[in-house]
Amino acid sequence: MSATEAAAIGLTHNASEDTGLGHRGPESKSIVVPYGFWLFVLSDMVLFSALFATYASLVHATDGGPITSQLFDRTTVAVETGALLLSSFVCGLAMIAAKRGNMAWTQIWLVVTGLLGLVFLALEIEEFAGLVAIGAGPQRSAFLSAFFTLVGCHGAHVTAGLMWIGTMIAQIWAKGFHPHIMRRLLCLSIFWHALDIIWVAIFTIVYLIGTLP
Amino acid sequence: MFGELTWEAIPFDQPIPLITSLVVVLALAGIAFWAWRKGWWPYLWNEWVTSTDHKRIGVMYIVLALMMLVRGFADALMMRLQQSLAIGASQGYLPPEHYDQIFTAHGTIMIFFMAMPFVIGLMNFVVPLQLGVRDVAFPTMNNVSFWLTASGALLVNLSLFIGEFARTGWLAFPPLSEKAFSPGVGVDYYLVALQISGVGTVLTGVNFVTTILKIRAPGMSYMRMPVFCWTTLAANLLILAAFPVLTATLAMLMLDRYLGFHFFTNGGGGNSMLYMNLIWVWGHPEVYILALPAFGIYSEVVSTFSGKPLFGYRSMVYATLAICIISFMVWLHHFFTMGAGADVNALFGIASMIIAVPTGVKIFNWLFTMYGGRVRFTVPMHYAIGFMLTFVLGGLTGVLLAMPPVDFIVHNSMFLVAHFHNVIIGAVVFGVMAGYTYWFPKAFGFTLDERLGKIIFWCWFIGFYLAWFPAYALGFMGATRRLQHISDPSWAPYLHVEMVGALVILAGIVLTVVQLLYSIRTREQRLDVTGDPWDGRTLEWLTLSPPPHFNFAVLPDVHGEEAYWTRKLTAIRDEKLVEEPKYEDIEMPLNTPTGVICAFFASLTGFAVIWHIWWLAIVGLIGAFAVLVWYAWRDEHEHIIPAAKVAELERERRRIRGELLKTLTVPT
Repeated sequence: MSATEAAAIGLTHNASEDTGLGHRGPESKSIVVPYGFWLFVLSDMVLFSALFATYASLVHATDGGPITSQLFDRTTVAVETGALLLSSFVCGLAMIAAKRGNMAWTQIWLVVTGLLGLVFLALEIEEFAGLVAIGAGPQRSAFLSAFFTLVGCHGAHVTAGLMWIGTMIAQIWAKGFHPHIMRRLLCLSIFWHALDIIWVAIFTIVYLIGTLP
Repeated sequence: MFGELTWEAIPFDQPIPLITSLVVVLALAGIAFWAWRKGWWPYLWNEWVTSTDHKRIGVMYIVLALMMLVRGFADALMMRLQQSLAIGASQGYLPPEHYDQIFTAHGTIMIFFMAMPFVIGLMNFVVPLQLGVRDVAFPTMNNVSFWLTASGALLVNLSLFIGEFARTGWLAFPPLSEKAFSPGVGVDYYLVALQISGVGTVLTGVNFVTTILKIRAPGMSYMRMPVFCWTTLAANLLILAAFPVLTATLAMLMLDRYLGFHFFTNGGGGNSMLYMNLIWVWGHPEVYILALPAFGIYSEVVSTFSGKPLFGYRSMVYATLAICIISFMVWLHHFFTMGAGADVNALFGIASMIIAVPTGVKIFNWLFTMYGGRVRFTVPMHYAIGFMLTFVLGGLTGVLLAMPPVDFIVHNSMFLVAHFHNVIIGAVVFGVMAGYTYWFPKAFGFTLDERLGKIIFWCWFIGFYLAWFPAYALGFMGATRRLQHISDPSWAPYLHVEMVGALVILAGIVLTVVQLLYSIRTREQRLDVTGDPWDGRTLEWLTLSPPPHFNFAVLPDVHGEEAYWTRKLTAIRDEKLVEEPKYEDIEMPLNTPTGVICAFFASLTGFAVIWHIWWLAIVGLIGAFAVLVWYAWRDEHEHIIPAAKVAELERERRRIRGELLKTLTVPT
């Protein structure tokens, strides 16, 4: 971290990675920015928790329509899960490459991350389209409203993540590995991993429990 | 092309909203023109609108809050007038569909666009100064937060002129707020405005939690932070944990309305009580998001004007955090009548009563701080004492309401409405008025007129009791809330007393404007040359009034609690200031129009969504995304204030402080 950055947040003495108890003054930007982003991610998880709670309380409100075990296909979901988890791993590879300042591999891994995200998204859209086609769209019942909203909100996050990945690819290419770009990349990877955590919960609560015999 | 927007959206047949909005538009245009004639536009744009300075952003929040106070209070007066006229045979002057919009707008505006911006504005202005640092963690995001809040306020007020506002009450309960029963754009205005300002509020939460936990002056450990910083931290933790739930809930209602989903509808398996639960999971912590910072203000005020350290600092901190946590465990007391059963109701009733314990701890701490102190009866101290009296009464009626059997009787009655006005006015409004008076000299370099300030206090205090204590009685007599017409003529005397109370408060609000103008005109008589007009104890009084852009030339070293007080006593004892440090270049964040442009596109998108103008909504979203990418592409992040300039400003401050020091003696 440079002295320039430190001063922007009020740091006038030497940078420190201290205990957070404030004895040495303000933290450096390399601590502050990811910390703030973590807080944002946590608040995002609270948003999802509201959607999970809604899903849990409406899952049996099917209004005479289809129930979970008639709709979900474990195979598709398994492929989706594989694609998303693998993309997180690849995102980690991109971070390692970026830390080493390797432009080519960073870009390649970011593109692969994005492509795996696209695979996930395509499968999800296909699943949604299939449900709507058999008359199990979100307007059918409260259960389906909650299902489409919870899973769709995650999908919307993945879409936002893809736009972010695209922006980062362009930005790294145009500007190189500046400290502030590295911080942004770190935030992106936090975001991408957080989407995995949410997905694991969706996978369990919606699909696994929903397809129990 | 224009979705559902037609000329019929303009209320040509309703004189009240039409004339009001024309007057407002003309007034705003007049002010804009006047500022243009004076050549102030570049100054306003460069120094305020695009500012990333937490002090400027704080002031802008408070200006927004004061404007919305006027708007929200106009609604309140109209309601009081209607209820004091429409008794028995008379129908008053407001038809039900208009009256319903007014009470909805009143609640929405007062909570989201008056109280929230006011406390967030005070946090913005005060917290970095009290922590002894130069800015918040994310200065640009701070500016974005403000403009998104302003964007929400704009949309709510736009509904006066284009279309209508919700007629559902300030929390838009379904099924009434569903498309089947509220087909107009009113609820959409409500939903979209709150979604946009809600994003701003969550970003504020991120910003302040990060600032307080990660950016403090050297030596400012947690247990040395002023209590206002603690309560700000607690309030912002609540924002982070509660506002996303609001976002999710309102989004679900939007999906119901726009796309025919069945979350809260009567048919399709929807469950409107789910909305009640979700909205109050946000709604109850929201009460404390407003009240906790107010408690922090009282702590600062009582300690300063009693000339004593805050009694029981640690217990104050623990009480704050206890309230922070318990506030998430009481939401069901807003609808005991849902019929969740005796066990559930008892649990939430007891939890609600328990929250009175840490609050009581706070009250005793303030009382004991005053005990044995040399209390100066300044305006903020008036508010603090008025608060303690009023808030205890409001708290007691709250404990009454926390008993499910009692609640079943007074649920949704005027008793309830009196209770929450008692706590919101008694704690939050008194608190922000105290904070406004207390920190005004720090912001502008002169104090507000004391005599007028005391009159304003008495207007609020007496006006509140006249306006709301009859309502407790009315509630027991069976008056439900939101009555457009009163059929029982025996209630008339109570309603007329309430009307008088509202007029007394009106006098207070008018005098607040008068006080501001008068204080600006006569500021030479009340200049705060030292930067420490109240003999303060926290770090904001260390720097000059108004503080330089960078707040502190060198970040203060904190030794012990009451950072500034300790430093002041040391200086008096040693008869000299601290050693002059070596000055260095200071880098401060650049100003940026990102926030205001983003909010422009957000308003555009919001308006388009309300009126189903889908192409415009897409244009707005693309615009907002493009602005963010454009901002992310910047190369210049900071500008430098050279060491020589810092030294010059700081030496002037030291000269002033040196002279002040000669006049000070160790307090007995």
